[in-house]
Amino acid sequence: MSQSDTPVLELRNVTKTYSVKQGLFGKSKPLTAINDVSIKLARGEVLGLVGESGCGKSTLAKILLGLEAPTSGEVLVDGQTLGGQDRLALARRIQPIFQDPYSSLNPRKNIYDIIALPLRVHGIGDEASRQKSVREILDIVGLPARVMNNYPSQMSGGQRQRVAIARALIMKPEIVICDEPTSALDVSVQSQILNLLNELRQEFGLTYLFISHNLAVIEHLATRVAVMYLGRIVEEASVGGLFDAARHPYTDALLKSVLTPEPELGIPDTHLGMSYPNPIAPPEGCHFHPRCPAASDLCKSKRPTPLFDPNGRIECHLHSP
Amino acid sequence: MSQNNSRQDIPLLSINNLTIDIPTAAGTLHAVRGISFDLKRGETLCIVGESGSGKSLTSLALMGLLGKNITPRADRMEFDEVELTTASARTMRNLRGARMSMIFQEPMTSLNPAYTIGDQLMEALTLHGSTNRKKARARAIELLEKVGITAAESRLSQYPHQLSGGLRQRVMIAMALMCEPELIIADEPTTALDVTIQAQILRLLAELQREMNMAMILITHDLGVVARVADKVAVMYAGELVETGPVDEIFAAPSHPYTRGLLRCIPLPGKTKRGSVLGTIPGIVPSLVGEVKGCTFRTRCEHASPACRGTIPLHTSPTGTHTFRCIHHPDDLETDAVQSTGANA
Repeated sequence: MSQSDTPVLELRNVTKTYSVKQGLFGKSKPLTAINDVSIKLARGEVLGLVGESGCGKSTLAKILLGLEAPTSGEVLVDGQTLGGQDRLALARRIQPIFQDPYSSLNPRKNIYDIIALPLRVHGIGDEASRQKSVREILDIVGLPARVMNNYPSQMSGGQRQRVAIARALIMKPEIVICDEPTSALDVSVQSQILNLLNELRQEFGLTYLFISHNLAVIEHLATRVAVMYLGRIVEEASVGGLFDAARHPYTDALLKSVLTPEPELGIPDTHLGMSYPNPIAPPEGCHFHPRCPAASDLCKSKRPTPLFDPNGRIECHLHSP
Repeated sequence: MSQNNSRQDIPLLSINNLTIDIPTAAGTLHAVRGISFDLKRGETLCIVGESGSGKSLTSLALMGLLGKNITPRADRMEFDEVELTTASARTMRNLRGARMSMIFQEPMTSLNPAYTIGDQLMEALTLHGSTNRKKARARAIELLEKVGITAAESRLSQYPHQLSGGLRQRVMIAMALMCEPELIIADEPTTALDVTIQAQILRLLAELQREMNMAMILITHDLGVVARVADKVAVMYAGELVETGPVDEIFAAPSHPYTRGLLRCIPLPGKTKRGSVLGTIPGIVPSLVGEVKGCTFRTRCEHASPACRGTIPLHTSPTGTHTFRCIHHPDDLETDAVQSTGANA
């Protein structure tokens, strides 16, 4: 029973710092890509992660996949720390789907080899049973079995992304990290892939971390949303809570900048200013204050403490505990 | 003043029956098939379509940048009364960059990695004559600031690899605007950018366009961008304009099954039920190699019938501004559309 209460994936106070050299002979400076982030993913939910490029979304995905180790803090899978588990065991449970189906598939391997590779690496089954598994998974992602002998160059973008999904699912993982899985695809193909991801989640009880800068897609697919800014999660709420009543001024600006197909509305003014701050020298106080329309003197000097309430989490002086 | 007005009424760009055939080993690829449109100064036309629809080829043809073995044909392709299909290489060189310029999709590959941002920005001005380096430099700094790049002066001596993707895209836009062109062609200018930056870049482009009375062709597959930016919309499928019209008419009454299909594919905040099954357009774009007959969308169309293999009429709305190419009358499709949404819900 307690099994189901334990988050399937949890980050506890995770910080990741890189050392960045300033020029050829310059001194190294620390860059905090992830700053004290804690999130929990319950089984079967879809956590949407949004934020501008450079906010730490992809670093977070890499830490979850075990490709990067956190500088401090813990990652727990089913309540066990990630450090204690070996990479292979982890890869059985967490699999990625990347943005670009053109560069994430090896052009020299045929589709069968690409999809069966995880099975080989993990030494699962013999050749005949792998053939069978690949056929099954191709059917599930909606590709005909005959594409097994094709090479990625012979397939369209949507077909390739289906191959990437098949490769991710062949190990029957519990968690799938989707990093912008549809942003390289055409509109008509994007909806097919989104429908497929939604179907697969229901069928296999998958848990998704869904990273995207397309907020309409996040709203459609996610059950909960976390908004990241300069390495911190500044707001987290249920999808309804976030999209219907955003609390953080940054979330508000993000939502305002979504271009829905409504010609009468014109191009929105986000009042954000263009420049995303330099992560090597983040602003004092609340990191968002230089771009915030509601910033006060307090915001310039003091970092807000996160407020946790039934709606989720908010880190802003306007909503101080 | 009156002279200005009459100039305003004449289309800056007038294209009639533009066709681009590409010889391939398998036969002739009919990449662009007889497209026509006009564009006035200050107007924005959005060309919407998916990969392979021929929208980028169209813009390259306008700029005279198609490869040597590809010759565009057209009954008319005029820029300010200069016929582009027969223009000499020299005429094209003088137009390109100075009077018509292009913003490419991929700032990573369109900037020269071996030259500084400053050199690349100033090149357009110094190449087209009139200005010395000092003035060109001042103009470069001015434009970099306009597109929202901080510390513009110090950026001039930086190389493309030292800038982020968003910054590079803004440099590309500044570069296209250096000579105050009359026509700007932007091929997916904001696709690689964050939504916040996207909104701001589009606002900026609209502002500069108003200021300089530029005509703009924006190529995109993002219907949200189209709705917010366009005056006129041209929907392109498999090398053909299947539907054209003023932006509000296209979105209020999409008539071609492809346009309708595209609009059903995207989740609409506040309208589409969260987590529901999105509309799709099954199948793929047909091959355009060899003879192309009838409606090319018939292989993916829910309304397809044998008549779709024949000649497809061009319907024009009573206002004369909204056209689409389909054998069906929009009223027949209306009932079908209602039925299919009913089935989805």
